[in-house]
Amino acid sequence: MTNEKSVSETSRVILSSRNVSLSYNGKVAVEDVSIDVLRGDYLCVVGENGSGKTTLIRGLLGLLKPDVGSIEFRGLKRTEVGYLPQQTVVQRDFPASVREVVLTGRLNRHGFFPFYTRRDHARVDEVLERLGIAAQARTAYRDLSGGQKQRVLLARALCAAGELLMLDEPVTGLDPVMASGMYELFEKLNRDGMTLVMISHDLKSALRYGNRILHMRRRALFYGTTSEYVLTDVYRRMNGGDDNDGLD
Amino acid sequence: MTALIELLGELFSYAFIVRAMVVGILVALCAALLGVTLVLKRYSMIGDGLSHVGFGTLAVAVSLRLAPLEFSVPVVMLAAFLLLRISENSKIRGDAAIALISSSSLAIGVMVISMTTGMNTDVCNYMFGSILAMSKSDVTLSIVVAVFVLVLYILFYNRIFVVTFDADFAGATGMKPGRYNMLIALLTAMVIVVGMRMMGAMLISSLIIFPALTSMRVFSSFRSVVICSAILSVVCFFIGMVLSFCLSTPAGASIVIVNLAAFCLFLTAEKLGVRV
Repeated sequence: MTNEKSVSETSRVILSSRNVSLSYNGKVAVEDVSIDVLRGDYLCVVGENGSGKTTLIRGLLGLLKPDVGSIEFRGLKRTEVGYLPQQTVVQRDFPASVREVVLTGRLNRHGFFPFYTRRDHARVDEVLERLGIAAQARTAYRDLSGGQKQRVLLARALCAAGELLMLDEPVTGLDPVMASGMYELFEKLNRDGMTLVMISHDLKSALRYGNRILHMRRRALFYGTTSEYVLTDVYRRMNGGDDNDGLD
Repeated sequence: MTALIELLGELFSYAFIVRAMVVGILVALCAALLGVTLVLKRYSMIGDGLSHVGFGTLAVAVSLRLAPLEFSVPVVMLAAFLLLRISENSKIRGDAAIALISSSSLAIGVMVISMTTGMNTDVCNYMFGSILAMSKSDVTLSIVVAVFVLVLYILFYNRIFVVTFDADFAGATGMKPGRYNMLIALLTAMVIVVGMRMMGAMLISSLIIFPALTSMRVFSSFRSVVICSAILSVVCFFIGMVLSFCLSTPAGASIVIVNLAAFCLFLTAEKLGVRV
């Protein structure tokens, strides 16, 4: 959106997409999106259901190949991005300990080496400690509450992340206390230098925590700072039309 | 106790039983390991489908006087490739397509048999298995397959886990989940063909599904489920073989019954709140 960028902003770019279009199930879900994510940003991706938010993130992560356009990471490898996906049906009764799940976040550093090292275990302990779930390391993942599961998946994402974390509706399904606990964690991570890209259904929190907003409706309707966003028609319509989500 | 030792001594005095034991234990071990992933990924139907395809290919191989295993292994691997593609691409029609392919293969097998050799004991053996079917070359082949599966499984254990638990995350951190799914399907195809002649086309998929499902009742980490499945599978196979010898019942069915008993036992334990 912003064509004339200062030199300092250009050097802060960590992820850049140019004219990216993506298809999902044979339909174009994302069209012509060009964004620059800056180091240290807390970018919230908002939009109605089916507006292409998840598809865009999947494209940025390399899970979907763009039909057109290019995606480029600067200063980190594509495999060094932490990803907190939505929980799947398979995971509901999956036998796995918390440690087993979180360790998989370290696999991207392994190349062809097939086993975990002592350093991997140490890093997992450190992250579990930081997220306050160290006591659950040996617990079964399937026995945890929704909020704890989400923390475990966040721990896994942190183990994988260099300095960029992508979160797909991380607080959906959590009770308000759990949700605000998660938001506090994200804020703290961001303050410590982690760049966040978060898909959010919760516009209020997006405005409160994010410094940048991407509003999707297949195309990028808006991409810029939060303070600019609240002045736009896009925001006013989204905010007023919150109750009839998807009707437009 | 001495009666048991005598019984086992008698059992192992028959060369064909020793052969069946070696092949069976290896197949049971491999099937159990692969089964954990297949059950968790909701791919159990693929195992069942592949065994029916295996029956069809065996029937065709025999009627064309080809070497049964050497002919079946590649064909069933090809079928594994197709079945995986089908169940990955179209989530809703996937299970119907698998049912279509497996019943068609069964029908082709039956047609070919009745037009050539006719329905005889051989056919019955394909359907429900026979421990007499194991030749020396089968033993060699099954050892090769088993070692291959075990080595790959151990080397890729951590990756198999992440691909099973969360394929998207695996993909996002630079793995190719599709390749690991394919590896699992191809290894499963090999194990099924090798194990099918002893267990029977109708019953071989139980060797894949039962141990994993049973272990999951009580164990709650991936590693403990894998280890328990492997041990359980081998133990149930052994008990089933002994039972089959004592009662003169078909080996395949006896082994499945023992697996069923183990499942009920673990299910009761789960209901009683036993968790490891």
